[in-house]
Amino acid sequence: MTKHSIADDFGAVDRVGIEERVAKFTTRSIKRKSKLWGLRTAVSMVDLTTLEGKDTPGKVASLCHKARQPSDDATIPPVAAVCIYPSLIKEARKHLADSPIKIASVATAFPSGQSSLKVRLQEVKYAVNAGADEIDMVINRGLFLSGEYDAVQDEIAAVVEACGDATLKVILEVSELETYDNVRAASFIAMQVLRAGDFIKTSTGKAGGSATLANTQVMLEAIRDFYLDTGTPIGMKPAGGIRTAKQALHYLVAVKETLGDAWLNSSRYRFGASSLLNDLLRQIHKEKHGAYQAPYYFSEAAESY
Amino acid sequence: MTARIPVVKTPKVYVGGAFIRSESGRTFPVYDSGGQFVANVPQCTRKDLRNAVEAAAKAGPGWSARTPYNRGQIIYRLAEMLEARADEMTSVLRQFSPEWTTAAEREVAESVDRLVHYAGWADKYEQVLGSANPVAAPFFNFTITEPVGVIGIIASDASPLLGLITQIAATIVSGNTIVALASESTPYPAITLGEMLATSDLPGGVVNIITGCRKELIPTFATHTHIRGIDAVATGDDATSLRRGAADSVKRVKVRQPDIDWSSDRAEGVYEIRHFVEFKTVWHPIGA
Repeated sequence: MTKHSIADDFGAVDRVGIEERVAKFTTRSIKRKSKLWGLRTAVSMVDLTTLEGKDTPGKVASLCHKARQPSDDATIPPVAAVCIYPSLIKEARKHLADSPIKIASVATAFPSGQSSLKVRLQEVKYAVNAGADEIDMVINRGLFLSGEYDAVQDEIAAVVEACGDATLKVILEVSELETYDNVRAASFIAMQVLRAGDFIKTSTGKAGGSATLANTQVMLEAIRDFYLDTGTPIGMKPAGGIRTAKQALHYLVAVKETLGDAWLNSSRYRFGASSLLNDLLRQIHKEKHGAYQAPYYFSEAAESY
Repeated sequence: MTARIPVVKTPKVYVGGAFIRSESGRTFPVYDSGGQFVANVPQCTRKDLRNAVEAAAKAGPGWSARTPYNRGQIIYRLAEMLEARADEMTSVLRQFSPEWTTAAEREVAESVDRLVHYAGWADKYEQVLGSANPVAAPFFNFTITEPVGVIGIIASDASPLLGLITQIAATIVSGNTIVALASESTPYPAITLGEMLATSDLPGGVVNIITGCRKELIPTFATHTHIRGIDAVATGDDATSLRRGAADSVKRVKVRQPDIDWSSDRAEGVYEIRHFVEFKTVWHPIGA
């Protein structure tokens, strides 16, 4: 008798196949009109993020203004959401109350998740009561890696309940899950207790590894298989390490070719990013006006040289 | 002993501290002075130029934060590398033009001396260009220099080594970083220079050298807003295109004539450094 593997329950991932597949996504020739559409769409999918110990109400206020009007070009849409720590939700509400921009808050002892379930659920409730529209939770990787899959799922189900009407995004922290098989399994474990319109998300951005086209592709295919099985559409949010417009277009190619047009909007696809937005604006400006732009021509830029 | 199969070097461009091909995969052939094919050299595109600008911008904060003394040491180290490989560079020059048969050795020696010259200026130009200004109030008033940022260089065809080295050294000494377009007709010495830069202590990205067609790349040099200054050997349409694009993106342009004598004393000195520094004047209360 062979040892039971998690891949027996949810299907195995062909590592070479998936990496060859995603390598092809980076070779598509995208013409100017499509590129502009892609760049604008990517802007509308950004969860503009600041998750630093040094975040202040002032920083969040300027982030919210940036989220509402990313640039002085009026044709550029606002971003999908801002993503912040729970203690700053009230500040964000002040600046976003009359806008379509969602307030996403991390919760559940982000980024490690290493606290008691009770405390994590309380944090979720605190964030929802403070006015968060969306909750980004982390799964219990320690529990997952020790094989306690049912317990992991029960915890996610408890968080779903604590969310009430708020949308939930489940961070798998793929770089800590070691294998693609585990990423696929964790995706299913989460999706089985999620509601239509909830998301699964690659990373916290705080661990060593971050989103890659390959681990995102594993999750996209899990979403597709789950949708074909159950009819429940789950959203996808790659996060961490997506800094350039070019990368964002590669990710959109992957969505288009795996899940189709129904997922090419901010209700089913998001980018968790901070510096990506300005690179998108830079490339949009370049496509429209022809000249390459310096990064510090855009607000909130980190670069000054 | 059996005849060996010749091992010929693949010329690549030096960008961000690495040797790369053009993202387009394009190349153009270079021939020696006898018309014999020598190698295929990367024909860089405006995307390659954009990437080189990114590399230069990334290297900028670190390079400009080094002490002037340390920048001087590093430029001197580059002189040492060129001196040690003078024979190689001399033979590269000789290969491409009959007139270099006798002049190549001098061109290389003068290039080494030019680097030493600017290495010396590294911790001295500030004393000449900066000033303590008299003001009628209880303040110290200083004018100090700062690097401009990423500078584009369009190299000379007539002096593919000494000209390029003069433009590079006078620009990086003050903390600028550069993207240089090598001579289109004689790109090979610049490629060899890239290999010497890589073995000096110069951090990757401070000097980026690309090869390709002037006509294709000059408009992008001119309009790219992240390039804050241009030092170009150019005439006619090229010069006009540079000035027009630079006016749009508000950058400094230094246009040099192709017949410039790079050996002359006038091709070196602190006023060559002055083209690409910004002046900052600060008021500081006395006793505060």
